[in-house]
Amino acid sequence: MNEFLTLMKSELVVTAIIFLLLFIKIGRGIKNESLLSLIQVLLLVNLISGFFFNKEGSLFGDMFHTSTLIAFQKNILSLGVFLISLLCADWLKRSQHLPEFFLLMLSALLGMFFMISSGNLLIFYLSLELATIPVAAMANFDLEKKRSSEGAMKMILSSAFSSGILLFGISLLYGATGTISFAEIPQQLDSSPLQILAFVLLFTAFAFKLSIVPFHLWTADVYEGSPIAVTAFLSVISKGSVAFIFISTLYKVFQPMHDVWYTLLVVLAIATMVIGNLFALRQQNIKRFLAFSSIAQVGFILVGISSGDTMGLTAVVYFILIYVFSNLAAFGVASVISEHSGKETIDDYKGLYKTNPFLSWILALALFSLAGIPPTAGFFGKLFLLTAGGSKGSYWFITVAALNMVISLYYYLRVVRAVFMDKNENPVESIKTGTSVKLALIICGAGIVLTGLLSWIFDYIQSLS
Amino acid sequence: MNLLLLIGTPLLTAIAVLLSRNKQQVKWISLAGSVVQLGLAFVLLFAFRQERAENNMAQMLFEQNYKLFSTPNINFHFGVDGISVAMILLTSFVLIAGVLVSWNIEKMTKEFYFLLILLALGAYGFFISLDLFILFFFLEISVIPKYLLIGIWGSGKKEYSANKLALMLMGGSALILVGILGLYFTAGKSFDIMTLSKTSIPGDAQHIIFPLLFTGFGVFTALFPLHTWVPDGHSSAPTAGSMFLAGISMKLGGYGCLRVATYLLPEGAKQYADLIIILSAIAILYGAFATMMQKDLKYINAYSSVSHVGFSLLGIGMLTQTAITGALMQMVSHGLMTALFFAVIGMIYDRTHTRMVNEMGGLMKVMPFITTVFFIVGLCSLGLPGLSGFVAEMTVFMGSWQQDDTFHRIATIAAAMSIVVTAVYILRAIGNTAMGPIKNESYLQLKDANWNEKLAAILLVAGILAIGIAPGWLNDLLRPAAEEIMNKIAGK
Repeated sequence: MNEFLTLMKSELVVTAIIFLLLFIKIGRGIKNESLLSLIQVLLLVNLISGFFFNKEGSLFGDMFHTSTLIAFQKNILSLGVFLISLLCADWLKRSQHLPEFFLLMLSALLGMFFMISSGNLLIFYLSLELATIPVAAMANFDLEKKRSSEGAMKMILSSAFSSGILLFGISLLYGATGTISFAEIPQQLDSSPLQILAFVLLFTAFAFKLSIVPFHLWTADVYEGSPIAVTAFLSVISKGSVAFIFISTLYKVFQPMHDVWYTLLVVLAIATMVIGNLFALRQQNIKRFLAFSSIAQVGFILVGISSGDTMGLTAVVYFILIYVFSNLAAFGVASVISEHSGKETIDDYKGLYKTNPFLSWILALALFSLAGIPPTAGFFGKLFLLTAGGSKGSYWFITVAALNMVISLYYYLRVVRAVFMDKNENPVESIKTGTSVKLALIICGAGIVLTGLLSWIFDYIQSLS
Repeated sequence: MNLLLLIGTPLLTAIAVLLSRNKQQVKWISLAGSVVQLGLAFVLLFAFRQERAENNMAQMLFEQNYKLFSTPNINFHFGVDGISVAMILLTSFVLIAGVLVSWNIEKMTKEFYFLLILLALGAYGFFISLDLFILFFFLEISVIPKYLLIGIWGSGKKEYSANKLALMLMGGSALILVGILGLYFTAGKSFDIMTLSKTSIPGDAQHIIFPLLFTGFGVFTALFPLHTWVPDGHSSAPTAGSMFLAGISMKLGGYGCLRVATYLLPEGAKQYADLIIILSAIAILYGAFATMMQKDLKYINAYSSVSHVGFSLLGIGMLTQTAITGALMQMVSHGLMTALFFAVIGMIYDRTHTRMVNEMGGLMKVMPFITTVFFIVGLCSLGLPGLSGFVAEMTVFMGSWQQDDTFHRIATIAAAMSIVVTAVYILRAIGNTAMGPIKNESYLQLKDANWNEKLAAILLVAGILAIGIAPGWLNDLLRPAAEEIMNKIAGK
């Protein structure tokens, strides 16, 4: 019983918060603002509690597995959710359905926790669904906007499709190996055609969730239609959690098939980086722009994953931590501007620096971090990914990745140029942001600068993995 | 001496600038910071000479090594040899002059000085790093400040130039990055320059990595045909920006070509030396002839920079000790000279509001101080004895002449011929601007240099003279370091 409490501590805390919210919803009578503060405090508690009493162990006959690294991954996700709860304060304050929003978000988070802790294919599938379906409902949160419903519809259809493929893959894999336990599958793998087919189907399902080219087509539309807070959740937390389980599946379960997936990853990484970058070049809407930029970022994550050793694992976890800060800062600024002025295109950002220097600097920091420019943390993150990817010794692969960093710089600079250099007759007016939004942006900014320079963070992750 | 002071001071200055409340504070803090920095550079110079005089012949002095990332084995490893000391002195001179000539900048003063000091921070860090990863980190730090300096405070087609510069430099960085990773994996997972220099790297790996590194750093130092960002970038940048770009940033590339590419990969260097010589000879001649066609003073100096920096690369390609010493001297000399050149052009432009040579004339009568400095820097550029340009170019030619086969001779002669062309364009530019009748009546009201401009010009002229009249100290500084590199190339 005691072990149950400590090992499943993160899940239990999230579940407790969900129940609390349910009762609050029934009771009503609490003002939106105080409720929001309460939720933020609860999420902070959730984040802090994640750092204590982390042990390695399994429950329910290996269905649920946790370790210090997995606990750290959960902390990254909790951190992201906490930041989103701060960032969306201005937007949610007036909403009728504030508790529902967090109910959905926390349910998805719970699903993700179970997903990265899952020890067999069945619980993995169940938790993946739990992590997906609430997000589709969140995407539809702007009920009066048609685009929002369109985005939600696209998302639910594409994820249903990928679930189908995943189930097919799982059943084939079960047929080929005779087990669904992650611990036992590796012994049964011999790269027979049936196993490879099963693997490819599983891989496809992951590719859908991570929006790896050519399975990325749903991404931009869903991102554009959803409210920005949801887009941020999708692009940072959802992707991060799937990347975590993806990498541990590849490294632990499919380690014997490394040769198969190495080639696959190299090809898809290049395709994802190039296509993501090329499409991002031409985007006008800031959300679509960030959508394609995040596709390209996934390409870089694949470069790191391709290494297949601990350096790759560490680099990916580290990169996602940095990615949480950078992408949430970018989405945060976009959401503040969209909320206060309704402007969402890059042209609208012209002359932003004159009126909103604070937002401009945070945006610039975030974009530089995404582009991998020092002294921001993104530089270290990207470089470690490339270092991991280079360990197999293929110069051209790393060269392509490095050149993609240059292409991506071009479009990130396009935004920076609009903000700092271009003149504008009627720029976005000076915005007074709420305290919690400001706090979140400052945390993100500090994270962007410090995560890279404080080198022990990387060493700490290395020691866990 | 603790080398961390060299990065700590600009860092503190930059933070203080951010926290300051008004323009006056910003300026004085920046000036104070850069004066301290110059003082530190001199302290470093004397401490270095002291150590050498006491027969401390370690290759790197004042080494410091801190663990940064233990798994990929990245260390905060610092140390200086003669080359670094010379480059740090150069940076300090250009920084203080840059701060002084920007004294009257009105638009976003705080941001301007912040970026300027950040740029200097990158350069200092770059010159003292002995770990490739950290070196790369500092190299990259300087890209975005350049982009913003040109894009926000520049003139002309500034957005285009800023974009071109940032993308070309990032492209160069990408190649450097691949090269560094290649070194890291072939030499047993180390980024440390001193460790790598003792590791033998297989010839076929050198054959691949050397061109990556050399081209990458070459982009920074205007290696033909990757020099195209130079004219646009320099001419669009604000005065202090151009001074930094030409005076320091291009030297980062030259330093990297020598310290990283040539020193660590001697086999590769030998293999590609002829190609380097051909490209740099083309750059020297092409730059000189292209300058002849220019009418805009900034373009004149930008193209002549391509030509002058070509001498550095030529010296590196020649692979003799004297030529490499000359190449390094040329870097220092050109850094001072071109910074001064851009400073003077900025001063003239601030007053006449034109940079077109044919619209000026007779400026000697209205602003004698500025015009005199203009003369001095022009003469330095065409290599008048007694000024730094002569010393540096002469050393390069002497070193080149030591290679006595036909190919090297032809390249040397071709490069030497450019001096004639240089004389033509420099004398013509100076003659048209300074001499003759005043073409525009309104110029009669113009004032001569302010105190800050005078101070900046005097500092840089002093540097040029110090090298031109008594080159011995610089030679003492650079030659042993060049010898170390040559020993490695010769395989000793």
